Amino acid sequence: MMTNPKGRFGVHGGQYIPETLMNAVIELEEAYEHFKNDPEFNRELQQLLNEYAGRPSRLYYAEKMTRDLGGAKIYLKREDLNHTGAHKINNVLGQALLAKKMGKTRLIAETGAGQHGVATATAAALMGMECVVFMGEEDTIRQALNVYRMRLLGAEVRPVKTGTATLKDAVSEAMREWTSRIADTHYCLGSCMGPHPFPTIVRDFQSVISREIKEQILEKEGKLPDVVMACVGGGSNAIGTFYHFIGDEGVRLIGCEAAGRGIDTFETAATMNTGKIGIFHGMKSYFCQDEYGQIAPVYSISAGLDYPGVGPEHAHLHDIGRAEYVPVTDDEAVNAFEYLSKTEGIIPAIESAHAVAHAMKIAPTMEKDQIVVITLSGRGDKDCAAIARYRGEDIHE
Amino acid sequence: MSKIASAFEKGKAFIAFITCGDPDLETTAAVVRAAVENGADLIELGIPFSDPTAEGPVIQGANLRALNGGVTTDRIFDLVRELRRDVTVPMVFMTYANVVFSYGADRFLSTCRAVGIDGLILPDLPYEEKEEFLPDCRRYGVDLISLIAPTSENRIAMIAREAEGFLYVVSSLGVTGTRSEIKTDLASIVEVIRQNTRIPCAIGFGISTPEQAKAMAGLSDGAIVGSAIVKLIEKYGKDAAAPVGEYVRRMKEAIRSAE
Repeated sequence: MMTNPKGRFGVHGGQYIPETLMNAVIELEEAYEHFKNDPEFNRELQQLLNEYAGRPSRLYYAEKMTRDLGGAKIYLKREDLNHTGAHKINNVLGQALLAKKMGKTRLIAETGAGQHGVATATAAALMGMECVVFMGEEDTIRQALNVYRMRLLGAEVRPVKTGTATLKDAVSEAMREWTSRIADTHYCLGSCMGPHPFPTIVRDFQSVISREIKEQILEKEGKLPDVVMACVGGGSNAIGTFYHFIGDEGVRLIGCEAAGRGIDTFETAATMNTGKIGIFHGMKSYFCQDEYGQIAPVYSISAGLDYPGVGPEHAHLHDIGRAEYVPVTDDEAVNAFEYLSKTEGIIPAIESAHAVAHAMKIAPTMEKDQIVVITLSGRGDKDCAAIARYRGEDIHE
Repeated sequence: MSKIASAFEKGKAFIAFITCGDPDLETTAAVVRAAVENGADLIELGIPFSDPTAEGPVIQGANLRALNGGVTTDRIFDLVRELRRDVTVPMVFMTYANVVFSYGADRFLSTCRAVGIDGLILPDLPYEEKEEFLPDCRRYGVDLISLIAPTSENRIAMIAREAEGFLYVVSSLGVTGTRSEIKTDLASIVEVIRQNTRIPCAIGFGISTPEQAKAMAGLSDGAIVGSAIVKLIEKYGKDAAAPVGEYVRRMKEAIRSAE
């Protein structure tokens, strides 16, 4: 999917940001356009991805799950095995290296579940940069372990108390911080959203996921998968999973949105299924909002998917019918979280469990020679306390 | 000629920002009238937005109070219609792109014209994206106000050349809110603006004291004050009209002395 010079994906995308930030995003775009083709930059990034993050990640054949569901062959793309435990590191290493080349000495980031915040704090520690992470106060409670990890890594965590005190408010606060301090600071945005060029930069750094899947599945099966799927909040692991398959029309692309307590309730974060087109956080895309354009307070058990918008490239893939976006409820995700743990001995992030849940619905309806690839975007250690609470058990970490 | 120009005809302008519906629309109407009676030359009416990313804590709080009080875009249009029975100074809306987009740009701007709104300020609509609303603004004679920031540098000329109504010069980095000191070299920015346009420019962000207002108006054609007024409304609630009027009188006096 090509972006035009103004960063449009169909009608979506763009740069709806304060004038104060315009030269910063233009500078970022110019730097990115230069370094993405720079052999030295790419060599350094590849080395970091391989030696530090542990790439390539495994494409694991989930044999027990396949047998149990009795349909398509299921493969798991193990982004949970990356250093820091999620796909977020792919993008962060790229952006941190880029920021460093641009002469920036300080990284700021938003985080929902804490995975992107941990990844950013990690890269900042590695590269000797200052780091401030904005996190909704509600999420600092839901994800207390990750707050500690970020602090341990030397980052400052600023709880955001405004609005719903979740991911969208953390993004707003990070944007406000960036407008007040630009010269030495790079906003390391964690998803394929926000103003151009972020959706493109994040997608490019995450597209390593689909590049590897393609190589690995061809090696193991000698053919492309029938379905690739991933969870979608802002949509970075999903766009990374889809990207190199967009041109392969035989491959179904499925994004799994957080339906919370259901798409017929107000306690949902399923943007494509319940939202409408709007302009927010620097981009035109789909957003959960009321009739006057006020952004809705969304809900999901998963802090990482608890966001009222979605990246503009996903909005476009939805518009042209190239990708499908399905809602998955809290209940279904928690069941899948437990199912994968018991069946394969893999505890997935509650975000990733949304994709597992949908795979559990469709795999049994497919033929045995068909292939489903699920991206496990992260590991679930961080979620254990919250899932225990969901099941009525109070554990103390 | 744009009606907004009339705000700058009698010398340096004082521009007052008020969030509609904080704490209720009756108070907003009273505060607007008090500001105008005490010398405000142009009124910026804020349509609250759930997630105002360009605002500091003071105006964020006003947005939240207004929305919690049940204010909507339609009720704000009603307020403007009512104010226009006697308020003649130019009035502009300041809100976020999604408020206009979700209402429908054509419907929003035709209603602006019908109720007597002269301009529109959208802090999340930079030069690159102004085509989103400019055709409808033109169709209905509503000026789309451009902003210039301390970081605009090589962009100032381009923005100024196509600016309408007045130019909103952002005094400092960061979000709205009062500041003890404004360090940006605004004189140089205004100089580039003057070389590229004849429309007036006013400075906003961070201005709260008469001394600051005088200094900023001295550098440009006027001073814009938001958070300091909103703070008074937060403090006095439904009784804010008198203290806001008194504040505007003092600020306007200071600005006059800059001429």
